Amino acid sequence: MITHEEICSVHSMTETEKYGLLEQVMDDYDRKESNLIQILHMAQAIFGFLAPEVQSFIAERMDIPNSKVNSVLTFYSFFSTKPKGKYTVSICLGTACYVRGGKDVVNKLKEVLSIEVGETTEDKMFSLQVMRCIGACGLAPAMTINEKVYKQVNPNKLHRILGMLK
Amino acid sequence: MALVTLTINNKTIQAEEGTTIFEAAKQNNILIPHFCYLENVHQIGSCRICVVEVEGARNLMASCVSEVKEGMVVQTNTSKVRKVRKVLYELILSDHPKNCLGCHRNQNCELQDLGEQIQIDSFRFEGVKSKDVVDSSSASIVRDSSKCILCRRCVTVCNEIQGIGVMNAHHRGFATFIGPSEDESLGHSICTNCGQCIVVCPVGALKEKDSTHIVWEALLDKSKKVVVQTAPAVRAALGEKFGYEPGTLVTGKMAAALHELGFDYVFDTNFAADLTIMEEGSEFLKRVNDQLNSTTGAVLPMITSCSPGWIKYIEHQYPDQLGHLSSCKSPHMMLGALVKTYFAEKIKVDPKDLFVVSVMPCTAKKFEITRPEMESNGIRDVDAVLTTRELARMIKDAGIEFTELKDAEFDSPLGLSSGAADIFGTTGGVMEAAIRTVYELVTGRELPMEALHVQPLVGLQQIKTADLLIENPLEPYAFLNGVTVKVAVTSGLKGANMLMEEIRLGKSPYHFIEVMGCPGGCISGGGQPRPVNNMVRMKRMEAIYREDEGKSLRKSHLNEDVMTLYKEFLGHPLGHVSHELLHTSYVKRKKN
Ligand code: SF4
Ligand code: SF4
Ligand code: SF4
Ligand code: FES
Ligand code: FES
Repeated sequence: MITHEEICSVHSMTETEKYGLLEQVMDDYDRKESNLIQILHMAQAIFGFLAPEVQSFIAERMDIPNSKVNSVLTFYSFFSTKPKGKYTVSICLGTACYVRGGKDVVNKLKEVLSIEVGETTEDKMFSLQVMRCIGACGLAPAMTINEKVYKQVNPNKLHRILGMLK
Repeated sequence: MALVTLTINNKTIQAEEGTTIFEAAKQNNILIPHFCYLENVHQIGSCRICVVEVEGARNLMASCVSEVKEGMVVQTNTSKVRKVRKVLYELILSDHPKNCLGCHRNQNCELQDLGEQIQIDSFRFEGVKSKDVVDSSSASIVRDSSKCILCRRCVTVCNEIQGIGVMNAHHRGFATFIGPSEDESLGHSICTNCGQCIVVCPVGALKEKDSTHIVWEALLDKSKKVVVQTAPAVRAALGEKFGYEPGTLVTGKMAAALHELGFDYVFDTNFAADLTIMEEGSEFLKRVNDQLNSTTGAVLPMITSCSPGWIKYIEHQYPDQLGHLSSCKSPHMMLGALVKTYFAEKIKVDPKDLFVVSVMPCTAKKFEITRPEMESNGIRDVDAVLTTRELARMIKDAGIEFTELKDAEFDSPLGLSSGAADIFGTTGGVMEAAIRTVYELVTGRELPMEALHVQPLVGLQQIKTADLLIENPLEPYAFLNGVTVKVAVTSGLKGANMLMEEIRLGKSPYHFIEVMGCPGGCISGGGQPRPVNNMVRMKRMEAIYREDEGKSLRKSHLNEDVMTLYKEFLGHPLGHVSHELLHTSYVKRKKN
């Protein structure tokens, strides 16, 4: 099985190495169509997003039509077919966060970044997405930027938080 | 099977266990309004138009996916049911362009029919339109997503019946669309152009690429001689577009209509079907001879190559097995090539001024004529392909009263054909035609079977096989004495896939295989009139066998005009001229 370290070291990999790793992932999952979703998850972890070439590669190596791969991955909002920004800003819209102002955070972010949910800023710095409960309900509304969790987010302080990253 | 007793609309009825409410109602003459349901093909309950009220159930039930139960009490027309049905229908319409007057399905549209059946007289919702992509990248098929009502019949047919998987649902909710991958167009996908998706689409979302316009232009162009040819399966289905029962043969009226439309010469693809048997039969005997008597051997089984949907399929899916394909062009391509050479010379017309139109039951033939290989001396073999449906449209457009026409004949010298050519239109037909000729050439005796039919190869089963023992052959074929020739026939690409897997694993026991890309063969090709189901297939098939049996000429090698062609022009089967004009090669394509 592929180790976590391998996945974490993808940043320093060449494209060829990434495709090699993906081949290994598919082997681990026996190239079975019933494991397609897991394989797509790993592929996204390796490449950051699922470009048409990556989709075709998976389709070819698993002997299923492109159209089926695309059908599965466009059904789940988790998968992205476009490159993500350097920072992925995810806002929780689980029940607790929603009622405690998660929606306002989303709206403010859309305004500040001038993008819609699912999009990436032109300078490729920020991508915006929403997610379901991340288990931090006590400190809602919650937000993550890459791996870091931000709690009780105040929409008016978003500018500062993003500014510090730039 | 156990019987279940239930009531539908206060009538007590019985139905076999496992039947759906919809089917049980239908067996008792109650047609529950429905939409996505397609008998034996697509029953996944995606539209819910077919809802009924069942006593004791909390919600309305979709009758096409709910099975009958003992003691069930079903009502199909309560005010709740009727209201829900209308709302569902209106919701479909709220995201539909409704430009019926400019739509090729006008008056032949299941969405219109449903609206008529459930008496819609207004629509209350007008929604944002979700998608309007017209994909005309394919040479055969045009997909207009604005008309798609997401019934997913095409998805079922493309995936489950043909085993291709180009048509799929992408994204979800309001953004859902049906088609190939979002980064891919049909023309650049692994689509085989079989058109089976078009045949089942209830609305105007899938259609053949129009060729009526360029054919009209050619007909009206004084400088052009326009030649038309018709495939065997067209005469067994065209009548349906003019109110005839499925299975009515309209050969004579069809020829008359083509003359009236202004075609200069009306030829018959069947002539070239007889020619195909001469070429393909000889190729088969040569391969068997090489296999038994030469050190190099030969690639066997040999597989027929008349069906361009099948050809594109094998090129994508089994690019390493192309050697199994017969090198024969499909019959209409052969005829096109002959018209532009042999016939052009005969009538002293520059081939550049000849325009050849093929009327075909097939959408894949529209792609086939664009293949770079299909030309001789820089002149295309065939210039346009019309489907059976398109020909019907042209006949109507021209104001020809089809049912009133007097029977006419095909023109000479490319119009005469045997009964063996007729049966090319149905699954099993090409093989039977080949066996009739090959057996007689090899043994000097007529095929010893009743009415010359190879019974195990007749019918709609997915894979059919037969064994043929050769005894006491003529001197040149002495090496075949005691050999049992094994043949297989399949129609629909899923069956082809099974036979190809055997070949790939080196386990195929056959010498000769016939593949037709569409289930049932050309009689239910992607260009044939709708609806197509097994009842319609059987009727068309019977019509084709009737046409065969009604002829005194039943064997390809006895077609005198074909013999004359060899004498005057081609020389002999597999000769140099044949090789140039009648044979072709194949290309490897990407697998997904
Ligand atoms: S698909 Fe049917 S309802 Fe829709 S525009 Fe065409 S004819 Fe009218
Ligand atoms: S033409 Fe045949 S292969 Fe192509 S999308 Fe339609 S059903 Fe699938
Ligand atoms: S294209 Fe036609 S058959 Fe396919 S989902 Fe849309 S309406 Fe149904
Ligand atoms: S709802 Fe947002 S963390 Fe639980
Ligand atoms: S006809 Fe039954 S759900 Fe569509």
